[in-house]
Amino acid sequence: MTSPVHGSGGSHAAGTRIDDAQATASPRTGAPVLEVDDLHVEFRSRGPVVNAVNGVSYSIAPGETMAILGESGCGKSVSAQAIMGILDVPPAHITGAIRFEGRDMLQMGAEEQRKIRGPGVSMIFQDALSALNPVYSVGDQIGEMFRAHQGASKKEARDRAVELMDRVRIPAARQRVDDYPHQFSGGMRQRVMIAMALALDPKVLIADEPTTALDVTVQAQVMDLLKDLQRDTGMGLILITHDLGVVNEVADRVAVMYAGKVVETGSIDDVFTRPAHPYTRGLMSSIPVLDGKGQRLNPIVGAPPSLARIPAGCSFHPRCPMARRGDGGRPDCAGDVPPLREVAAGRRAACHYSEELLHG
Amino acid sequence: MSEPSTSQRRRPDEGGEPHDREEDREVGTTALASPDVDGVDEKQASLWGDAWAELRRKPFFWIGGVLAVFFLLMALFPALFARGADPRACSLSNSAQPPSGAHWFGFDQLGCDYQAQVVYGARNSLQIGFTGVIGLLVVGVVVGALAGYFGGWVDSLLARITDVFYALPLILGALILLRVGPEARIFGQPVPIISERGPGAIALALVFFGWMTAMRLVRSQVIAIKSSDYVAAARALGAGPMRILVRHILPNAVAPVIVYATITVGALIAAEAALTYLGVGLQRPNYSWGLQISDGQNLLRTAPHLVLIPSAVLSLTVMAFVMMGDALRDALDPRQRS
Repeated sequence: MTSPVHGSGGSHAAGTRIDDAQATASPRTGAPVLEVDDLHVEFRSRGPVVNAVNGVSYSIAPGETMAILGESGCGKSVSAQAIMGILDVPPAHITGAIRFEGRDMLQMGAEEQRKIRGPGVSMIFQDALSALNPVYSVGDQIGEMFRAHQGASKKEARDRAVELMDRVRIPAARQRVDDYPHQFSGGMRQRVMIAMALALDPKVLIADEPTTALDVTVQAQVMDLLKDLQRDTGMGLILITHDLGVVNEVADRVAVMYAGKVVETGSIDDVFTRPAHPYTRGLMSSIPVLDGKGQRLNPIVGAPPSLARIPAGCSFHPRCPMARRGDGGRPDCAGDVPPLREVAAGRRAACHYSEELLHG
Repeated sequence: MSEPSTSQRRRPDEGGEPHDREEDREVGTTALASPDVDGVDEKQASLWGDAWAELRRKPFFWIGGVLAVFFLLMALFPALFARGADPRACSLSNSAQPPSGAHWFGFDQLGCDYQAQVVYGARNSLQIGFTGVIGLLVVGVVVGALAGYFGGWVDSLLARITDVFYALPLILGALILLRVGPEARIFGQPVPIISERGPGAIALALVFFGWMTAMRLVRSQVIAIKSSDYVAAARALGAGPMRILVRHILPNAVAPVIVYATITVGALIAAEAALTYLGVGLQRPNYSWGLQISDGQNLLRTAPHLVLIPSAVLSLTVMAFVMMGDALRDALDPRQRS
C-alpha cells in the first residue's frame, strides 16, 4: 500500500518544516499562511437576517492541521465557503478579513481572488459524487486544473492527471483516467476530488467533512492519505468536521464553533483532556465510551439555536449547566457576551467561567 | 503500488474497499449470468450511453428516425426521389390529372408532375426547420444562460424582454414581419434576407418570434445546475464565470434542450407551411408544401390529391421529428424509465 514516495521519514520532514516556519517568524501563529480575522457572514434575504458566522478568527501555519469542530448548522462550513468565495453575494454579506499570505482576499478583485483559489487555497467537499461533474471523465476534470491555471496542452494535462491519480493511490490510474465519476466507488471518488484539489500544490487545503459520506474503513484510508500528502507538501490543512474521532487522530489544533462563533481554541490534547468551555466539555462527555456499555449517553440538553435568533449574552447559556445570573459583580451569562480570551498558555475560550472549569 | 495493467478486475491492494465498482459489477454480472451484459456495460454507463441503450429499444424512435432520414435524403437528393421527372417540365394537357401507375402523385393544375413538386418541396421545409431551430437555439441558449447564470437585474431584464415576445403569437408575429419585410428600409436600403421572401426570411421570422421557450428552458436548467456542488467545486478551484458556464453548466443543461429542439424542427416545418398558406411565406417558383396545399385547395372537389398528398407528407415529416423528440425525452429522463 505504501509507495516509495510516501515512505518513511515523513513525520521527521513535517517536523522540520514546522520548525522552519517558526524560525522565520514569531512562534505559534507566526507566519500563518491563511488568517481569518473577525469574519462575519450574514444572509439577508426575505425574513430575518441569518447570522451564520459571527466574528470568527483563526489562522493556519504551513504544515499545520487545524480542525474546526461543531454541530451541524454552527457555521463551520459557511466560514470555509466564504474563504473559497463560493457564497452568492447577495444574499450573503461577508465582512472581516481573510488574509492569504498577508493580503486580504476580501479586498481583492474577482480575478485576483481566482488566482489564489486552486494554487493558494483549495478545497475538497463532503460528497465527491455531487462535487464532480457527471459529464466529464475524471482525467478531464483533474487535467482541467492544469489547463485552466497553467495553459497546459490536452496531452500534458492528461499525463499529469494520471500522475496525480497515482499519487492519491487510485489503483490502475492509467486505465481509469477516462472513467466517469459514477463509475468509481465512494472512497475512490473522494481521492479523485483530493487529486483535483491538490493539482496545483495549494498552500492551504480546506477539507469540508471529507469522510462523512464514507464508511469507517474507507474513512481511515482517506484520512491517512490526507495526512501523508500534507507531510509531503507541507500545506496547511483545515479539517471541518463533527467527528471527534477524526479530530483526535489527525489534528494539531482545534477550534470549536458554536452558533457562528469560535468558543474555544487550543492544542488538541489540551482541549480534549481539559476543556475550557462548557460546550466543549458537553461534546466530550457525549462520546459513547466502549467500556461504558449499558450506561446512558450524556447528550447536551436542548438544541442549537436558530442562527436567525441567537440568544443574547453567551449564545450557549440556555443549554449551559454552568450558566448563572450576574450578581455581586459577576458577569451575567444571559446578558454579557463572553470574549474569546486567553485562559491558559496557548489556549483561548469564550466563557466567563473558564477558570472554574480548568481549575475547579 | 499500482500493478501495471492487470485486468480491470479486482485489485486486492486496495484492501477494505467494500463498494468498489468492479465488485458491484461482478455481482451484477453473475446475477444476470450473461457475459454480453458485461460487455455492453463497459462504456455505456454515462448519461448518453444510458440514453442510447434506452433509445435502441424504442420502436417510436426508429420509426421517427427512419422517416426523418428518408425526408432528409429527399431534401438532399430530390432527383433520386422524383423518379426522373423534372418539376419544371409541365404540360397543361395533364392539368390536375389524378394519380396513376406512371405518375404516382398525378399532376397539378399547371400539368407538372406532382411527385417531383412534392419531393422538391422537402428541401425548403427541412431547411427552414433546421436553420430555424439552430437560430432559436443560439438565441435561446445565449439569453437563457446569461439570465440564469448572472441572475439579479440581468435576469429580470432578460426575462421581461422574453415575456414581451411571448405575448406575440408565433404565426401572427412572423406574419407581420414577413408582410412588412420587403418594404422595410434601413438607411434607405432594403434589409438583407428579410427583403426577399425566401427560406432565409421565413426562418429568421420564426426565430425572431420563437426563441422564448428555449430561453426559459435553458434559464431554468442553468439556475438548477448553478447551485450544484460541482459548480461550487469548480468555483472553489479557481474557475472563472465563463469557464463554469461553458464547461460545467451548459453541458449538463443540454439534455432537455435537445429534446425540445427535435420536436421544434417539426413545429417550424408546420409553421412554414402555415405562413406560406397564408400568403406571406414562400412564393413561386419556390417549391413548398404549404404553397401546394394553398394552391390545391381551389380544386379540392375535383382533384383532392393536390391537397391530400402534400398534407400527408407534411404530417409525416412533422410526426417524424416529434416522435424522435418524445423518445429522446423519455430516454434522457431516468424517472420515466420503467
